[in-house]
Amino acid sequence: MLKIWSMKKDQQKADNENTAAGKKKKVTAAQLRVQRDLSELSLGDTMRTEFPDPDDILSFILFIEPDEGMYRGSRFSFTFNIPPHFPHEPPKVQCREKIYHPNIDLEGKVCLNILREDWKPVLNLNAVIVGLQFLFLEPNASDPLNKEAAEDLRTNREVFKRNVRAAMSGGRVGGVTFDKTIK
Amino acid sequence: MASAQAYPSSEPERWKYLDRIRTRAGPFTNDGIFDGSMVAGQMDKMKILVIGAGGLGCEILKNLALSGFKDIHVIDMDTIDISNLNRQFLFRQADVGSSKAEVAARFVEQRVRGVRITPHNCRIQDKDEDFYMGFQLVVCGLDSIEARRWINATLVNMVDDAVEDSYTPLIDGGTEGFKGQARVVIPTITSCLECQLDMHAPRAAVPLCTLATIPRQPEHCVEWAHVIAWDQEKPFPELDKDDPAHIGWLYQKALARAHEFRISGVTYALTQGVVKNIIPAIAATNSVIAAACCNEALKISSSCAPALGYPDDNYMMYSGNDAIYTYTFKHEQKDDCPVCGNLARELDVDPAWTLGELVESLAARPAAQLRKPSVRAAGKTLYMQSPASLEAQTRPNLERTLSDLGLREGDEIGVTDPAFATVSFKFKLKFTKKS
Repeated sequence: MLKIWSMKKDQQKADNENTAAGKKKKVTAAQLRVQRDLSELSLGDTMRTEFPDPDDILSFILFIEPDEGMYRGSRFSFTFNIPPHFPHEPPKVQCREKIYHPNIDLEGKVCLNILREDWKPVLNLNAVIVGLQFLFLEPNASDPLNKEAAEDLRTNREVFKRNVRAAMSGGRVGGVTFDKTIK
Repeated sequence: MASAQAYPSSEPERWKYLDRIRTRAGPFTNDGIFDGSMVAGQMDKMKILVIGAGGLGCEILKNLALSGFKDIHVIDMDTIDISNLNRQFLFRQADVGSSKAEVAARFVEQRVRGVRITPHNCRIQDKDEDFYMGFQLVVCGLDSIEARRWINATLVNMVDDAVEDSYTPLIDGGTEGFKGQARVVIPTITSCLECQLDMHAPRAAVPLCTLATIPRQPEHCVEWAHVIAWDQEKPFPELDKDDPAHIGWLYQKALARAHEFRISGVTYALTQGVVKNIIPAIAATNSVIAAACCNEALKISSSCAPALGYPDDNYMMYSGNDAIYTYTFKHEQKDDCPVCGNLARELDVDPAWTLGELVESLAARPAAQLRKPSVRAAGKTLYMQSPASLEAQTRPNLERTLSDLGLREGDEIGVTDPAFATVSFKFKLKFTKKS
């Protein structure tokens, strides 16, 4: 290996001449991975994205309009913020509306296993989006973030359904006023 | 305290034992490249960079200076904290608050005659590629995965496969409690730190719903205060994990929750530990790992014995949890490693081309054979085929020329295609005509 080092000085000289033009812009691994995830996203008719700054693909908004289940007829939106260490850290996802849902709290935090404890670098943005979609089809009472909503779902499904409709119309449920999400 | 008499009186005498290793061929030296008459002189001229002047860094600096390296640089952005003094032995109480890199450099320079140590009191990210190109060897004693990944990617990206010398070996030491590892990366030739990322045990995260509903452990109460209560009440604008008032607030919140669920064990120290993710540092582990790293540095630079790296084993793990156990093995390079498995290839383009022409040429290239390529540059989305909103936003770019879009010679572009879900391409633009 020693020989390598005696030669290195010459190479540096040549390199300095070449790089005199300025710093080269390099594509980071996280950016490339997000680009790949985005280009293979399958959103279907019920979802669309919005990029406030198209040059910043690490933050965007996802709109979901469930076409079946109890949350049908509403439009929900989530902010996606992808950390620089993606995919070694999960994206940060938050619901922008105050909604009545057992797995989403009043601040918009989402309890979805793959967004936290079960995240793995092999998972992609599509998996997260499918997970979010699933939460609206099958709200889950056993992993509650909004305890009151979970309790309603567990004890009386019909009452829960009515509460969902009321909340989506911008009404009050259990003393809390929810955001109108119905179209 | 050490008098001049404590040192051997003459230089040859002082390096007698080291020179026995450096100058004489042994059963393990590689006859092809070992030249005992050259080693000492070359090591004198070698520039070696130490990243981190903390628990491992103090040991590494001392070991390298005593191994005959003469031109050592050290980089660390931290200042000395009183809690460092039990193991970071280059620091004294009077140094608390001073730069780690500067104090460590001064201390070793004073104790080991003839060594020059240049401190850099800054983040590793503050230095550019030219700085890192100036070193023949980099030794890391870091406590963060992020910093490791950054320096790893930087050294790998420096490689120019036409020039043998652009390969700067990286020696990485790491410890966590009684466990540690020493490994060597020869960029692009052996597996890099990114290839080995799954060797780091991820931090065990607790499901948000467990925190929100029924905590079972004192740690759950602390995490609840940290993740949920803080956001709801926002007692301070921004959480500063080093501010005792902030940690105190979290502690009180966690304590109240622990009482509510009859959980014992929430203390101030536990709160601080969970929030800052503190893992106790053990001085003996640091010294074992630092010694292993510096051994590799000496072997790589002198060729006196086979080093970790090429062609076989590159990873030594150490565990002191149950007696002492070490295991050395070869961690294979990953073909799809986003850092070392995907180096930018040169792409001849004419700056007068429109982006649309570039996208078409990518689809036509036999080596790529892309169907629906999406293209981005660093910090700039050029054209994305999906999702629909981004396609619409970037479509106007297709009509613009490359130079018009701000692309310059040497810039990298990333190309992805859903037809090749597991690969992405990086190209370095080479202008065929000057714009």
